[in-house]
Amino acid sequence: MSREVISERSFEHIGITLEKTQEIRRPNLTYWQDAWRRLKQNRVALLGLIIIIIYILLAIFGPLIVSYQYQDINPARMNQFISKEHWFGTDRLGRDLWVRNWMGARISLSIGFIATIINAFIGAVLGSISGYYGGKLDLILMRIIDVLYGIPYIIVAILVMVVLGAGIKSLIIALVIIGWIGSTRFARGQVLQLKEQDFVASAKVLGSSDFKIIFKHILPNMIGLLVTNLTMAVPRLIFAEAFLSYIGIGIKPPECSWGSLAKAGAEVFRVYPYQMFIPAFFVSTTMLALNLLGDGLRDALDPKFRGLLK
Amino acid sequence: MIVERLLEINDLHFSFLTYGGEVKAVRGISFQVKQGEKVALVGESGSGKSVTAQCILKLNPEPPGFLKKGSILFDGQNITEMNEKGMRKIRGHDIGMIFQDPLTSLNPTMKVGEQITEGLLSHHGFSRKNARKRAYEMLKMVGIADYEKRFKQYPYQFSGGMKQRVMIAIALIHSPRLLIADEPTTSLDVTIEAQILDLMDNLQQNLKTAIILITHDLGVVARLCERVLVIYGGKIVEAGDIDNIYYQAKHPYTWGLLKSIPRLDHQKSKKLGSIEGTPPDLFEPPAGCPFAARCQYAMRVCYQEEPAFFPITAGHQVACWLLHPDAPESAKSTNLGVF
Amino acid sequence: MFKYLMKRFVISILTLFVLITVVWILVRLVPGDPFIGEKVTPQIKLNMIRYYGFDQPLYRQYLIYLRNLLKGDLGYSLKYRNVTVNKILADSFPYSASLGIRSLLFALVGGILLGTTAAFNRGRFLDYFCIIIAIIGVSVPDFILGYLLQFVFGIRLKWLPVAQWQGIKYTILPVIGLGTYTLAMISRLMRTNMLEVLQQDYIKTAKSKGLSTLKIILKHQLRNAIIPVITVLGPTTAAILTGTFVIESIFSIPGMGKYYVTAVQNLDYSLILGMTIFYGFFLVVANAIVDLLYGIIDPRIRIY
Repeated sequence: MSREVISERSFEHIGITLEKTQEIRRPNLTYWQDAWRRLKQNRVALLGLIIIIIYILLAIFGPLIVSYQYQDINPARMNQFISKEHWFGTDRLGRDLWVRNWMGARISLSIGFIATIINAFIGAVLGSISGYYGGKLDLILMRIIDVLYGIPYIIVAILVMVVLGAGIKSLIIALVIIGWIGSTRFARGQVLQLKEQDFVASAKVLGSSDFKIIFKHILPNMIGLLVTNLTMAVPRLIFAEAFLSYIGIGIKPPECSWGSLAKAGAEVFRVYPYQMFIPAFFVSTTMLALNLLGDGLRDALDPKFRGLLK
Repeated sequence: MIVERLLEINDLHFSFLTYGGEVKAVRGISFQVKQGEKVALVGESGSGKSVTAQCILKLNPEPPGFLKKGSILFDGQNITEMNEKGMRKIRGHDIGMIFQDPLTSLNPTMKVGEQITEGLLSHHGFSRKNARKRAYEMLKMVGIADYEKRFKQYPYQFSGGMKQRVMIAIALIHSPRLLIADEPTTSLDVTIEAQILDLMDNLQQNLKTAIILITHDLGVVARLCERVLVIYGGKIVEAGDIDNIYYQAKHPYTWGLLKSIPRLDHQKSKKLGSIEGTPPDLFEPPAGCPFAARCQYAMRVCYQEEPAFFPITAGHQVACWLLHPDAPESAKSTNLGVF
Repeated sequence: MFKYLMKRFVISILTLFVLITVVWILVRLVPGDPFIGEKVTPQIKLNMIRYYGFDQPLYRQYLIYLRNLLKGDLGYSLKYRNVTVNKILADSFPYSASLGIRSLLFALVGGILLGTTAAFNRGRFLDYFCIIIAIIGVSVPDFILGYLLQFVFGIRLKWLPVAQWQGIKYTILPVIGLGTYTLAMISRLMRTNMLEVLQQDYIKTAKSKGLSTLKIILKHQLRNAIIPVITVLGPTTAAILTGTFVIESIFSIPGMGKYYVTAVQNLDYSLILGMTIFYGFFLVVANAIVDLLYGIIDPRIRIY
């Protein structure tokens, strides 16, 4: 090495420059900011979110932008194919399928979301009480769940529908009856894990009440996984609703859901396949979008993935 | 022919390609291990010590990992150019490895005995009976009582220390010439840690196996090793025998490590030392000395240019600008207040 | 292990009992009279009422039902005259069982293969291909898939028959229609498991022993990755069972699912009750077998 280079070296004392190294580290983000940042990077999940939003908007405004009503029967225009007047064609009673499809979307989506939210609420309450307090209460609840878990849920749903009669309310009740078990098990498992964590122990030592510990420390920490779990549960319930409507005990005509529209289309589908495939397409893409979004949310919200290199 | 140098690593560069960019985990590490020698690689987590060790057996996942540069010679053969088939002959047979966490290093669904013998059965032509006999010997050697019963049990029936003993049995069953122990005692209790270290020391003396011990704990090193390589930011910053490192350390990072060992003879009032800050960003390692930002003696040159190795004595080398003749004397003399 | 088995056994019995009771109560609660609108002679009606004890208090009716059940007698169908529920089950079960087992095998083998293939080709074309198949598979309801298959391969392309159950050619479309959802579920699970297991330390240990890649995959990776798949076999069997309801009616297969849907629509009490109990029994047994399998494959379970 040449002397020149060495003579340029400066041995002036500088010392620790930690602040500088920490500046270039990535900015501190809150949990939700970080999750959103990562969700945004996941294009597939974002696509799912966009599809869901578009469908919700269409479900709200779709029926309003044409002049037909979903129950309007028009014998002169039966089983018409897709046209300028009838964007999705008409059914065997001459009802406009564009309107019926989006009315069906309203019912399918709202049943799916409402039932999921109720399930999540029941699950979070029962699961956190059971998991947090443990003991006899937990034991009894878990035995009940063990027993109920073995019962084929769709059969119970069918029977509940038969007992209560077709309709939106019965559908929600049936879906809650079959759904609370899973969400309770899930929430309990989470609480069991979280309550062993040090921050819960320290909250206890500081004298927080149980109520406060559950609501301030445990629930906020499981909310990410809970949201993911919910997103994955919605398509299952939409599917269950479609199934019940499909076998003819779900929704009461003239009201319709995607399931009942698919059923009606199925009866004539060798002649008019579009009547089946249009609602089928929307059910499937909704479920697809929710699954994609759920996958993305899991990656974005799961603390296991947080801060890790992908 | 006796090859004096069992292992020779030359200018090893190993990186991982991630979505965030290239993580330069190892950036030019060179060292040698002689037959029967006990060498320690010491450094914080993320310093590149485990990656270096796993390079020797090609255990780093590739991709995303890839060898950028350098060579590894084992017994005169270049491992870096060897194919999988060749590597399989070396793994287990010539080089054994123990991993950090005995709880997860054993397959939970397979009987312990099967896990010990499967290496023998797979490419050493051992009969089942002989393999079992050999496994019994090994279990006895690592201090597991009623080994015939233990042979048929599953890992969950073993305690942490026992599992690590099994791991040692697996690693040593072929009497390899080199044993790589990656933080073998980090996840164990202190009392168990002492037992395991003693066990390794005994076995090493009987089998004449060379050992590469990877650890962040200089206290563990003192019990077992002869030579120490201090690694920081994917580079070796100081190398020397055990006395050099403990009593004549020259690198500020080594001083920091030494200060962080709890000692019984310290007065209570003396605070246990720690090194402020975190290891450098390996996406974009600093241009100069990787430790500069955390070093209270850092000079302008430390930020600009990588320090070369300055030989202190025959086996003792330090990569630090403080040892340059032009460095101010005041910085050099502040060093030895450690012990 | 014994304690674990006993616990499982007791839970299974309890589940069955609760199922029978709940279903019995629910069926009693159903509004409407099954005899209304049917041409039933008073004599037959009287016989029926006597047989089921409809003239007695409810708890007696329940006990009569339980007693008959223990004897293996599920009673008569209210719609199909003079046909016992046992007879209907005996006639239709073979079709459903054949369809169900084929679908389950299709889903298991296909799912494990697909998931494993995806994991080994992580980030490459084959991986994305498998992921896309899997995500579409869990998103398309089985009744839609059934019609789609029938439409494309039966009606348009005329490659395969669209209905009935008479030979291997007839089974292909229904099996795909029924098994795809489960196949997709299993393949997603399998892919995640394979990747997770691959990162486990014991795989590194196995590699450091000098084992061949094939041996590592077979003895260490697959075995540990399949364990969670076994846990979903219980719910999977249930999913396939419910799937038979629609698939059998789409492809006109005279199995239990078809009868069940008709029974629900006709309010055929005794048939609903009998078939539900049969389904329940079937699932409880399936779950018990799955738990047993789980205990055998994963030794850690046996400590319970």
